[in-house]
Amino acid sequence: MDIFETFFNVDVLLRTYPLLLKGLWVTVKLGAASIVVGLVFGLALALIRIYAKRPFRLLARIYIDIFRSIPLLVLLIIVYYALPFVGIRLSGFLSALTALSLVSAAYTAEIFRAGIEAIPKGQFEASGALGLSYRHMMADVILPQAIKIVIPPLTNNSINVIKDTALASVVAMPDLLKQATQAQALAANPSPLIGAAIIYIAFLWPLVAWVSRLERRFGGDTR
Amino acid sequence: MSGFVSIRNLHKSFGTFEALRGIDLEIAEGEVVCIIGPSGSGKSTLIRCINRLEEFSDDSEIRVADIPVAAGRTLAKVRAEVGMVFQSFNLFPHLTVRRNVMLAPMRVHKASVAEATERADKLLKRVGISEQADKYPGTLSGGQQQRVAIARALAMEPKVMLFDEPTSALDPEMVGEVLDVMKALAHTGVTMIVVTHEMGFARQVADRVVFMDAGEVVEIGTPDQIFGAPKQDRTRNFLSAVLNH
Repeated sequence: MDIFETFFNVDVLLRTYPLLLKGLWVTVKLGAASIVVGLVFGLALALIRIYAKRPFRLLARIYIDIFRSIPLLVLLIIVYYALPFVGIRLSGFLSALTALSLVSAAYTAEIFRAGIEAIPKGQFEASGALGLSYRHMMADVILPQAIKIVIPPLTNNSINVIKDTALASVVAMPDLLKQATQAQALAANPSPLIGAAIIYIAFLWPLVAWVSRLERRFGGDTR
Repeated sequence: MSGFVSIRNLHKSFGTFEALRGIDLEIAEGEVVCIIGPSGSGKSTLIRCINRLEEFSDDSEIRVADIPVAAGRTLAKVRAEVGMVFQSFNLFPHLTVRRNVMLAPMRVHKASVAEATERADKLLKRVGISEQADKYPGTLSGGQQQRVAIARALAMEPKVMLFDEPTSALDPEMVGEVLDVMKALAHTGVTMIVVTHEMGFARQVADRVVFMDAGEVVEIGTPDQIFGAPKQDRTRNFLSAVLNH
């Protein structure tokens, strides 16, 4: 049997293509939701980590360290298979969203912290000397500058989150990978898996290229 | 008699290093005071305490316009009355020059965009930066940036202006343009406290000169007294070192 018929079987690909697209849609929804929740929660964590009272700072730090240490698959299985024992029964989508955004928030928090701490002390002092409140200092002076610094690493993190959505197939989410494995079983041919891989790459490659461009651009920015 | 800016028994330590060892200084409204002294003498630390960019010990007391410079709510009040110009400008690099000047009046005094724009343009004209209003700070020379920083501080209509070595980071040919703006400002009646190495400026513009060394005020006097007939040996040694080269 030749390799094209096995891995790039056009007939099989055409037949399973709609399934894969349905899976892609689930992947995109799950990825986007996790990224947004992770961003909001991560920014809050970063601000607590830097500016809150000592015990809260410590708690934020413990959270960040734990969720950067735990393997995502382990967390996902705990959320989906272990939480029901204490009466928390989340759907596949919510389980995956929870696990993905808990971990994403931890990484996002560290990215935001690095971004904020990269802003020169003089910017904080000038804001304070002008009488700006903490809220205005952050909103008008610090965060707009930090955003530029954090966009490349945040995009990297978002790419990772989208890739990690593939783990959701473990908790019976009909995402791109799950659809592909099912289609592979139905067609008795692995071409849908290759199809899924191509879709992942086609979807994420532009993002990866964009990050590289941003890094080059902001990397040359000296001030 | 208590001054407009009143500093009493000011102590400040960094770890075990005593940066300020009990400073007493009374400054009248409208007065221009220059603080000189060797580096590490505590001059910058002193003026950074006046708007509490540096914390200081509880038994110290600083008042500006009779408001205690204490942590908490009143600090915002004090900071609204006290403008500051830094050695390293500290302009906001992501905002245009005009926006730099507009930001604080809009956020702190709730000025409208129109009011803030009008005031910013007036101030930028006064410091001679009108043509650069729509540029970003990074494209300006050091002297221009420092003049914008002065305009930004003045936009809050402060009663006191603090200058922390405003010309020390500048190329020599740009020192003059900044000092000229400060000289003009000195005639407007705003209280100015200037930490500087520019002895010419201190001599010409100051009402009083404060000589500091090792965290203490060694001598205070008129420019003629300090530069012409210093009473203390430390003052004399410092001046002969900086003036004769």
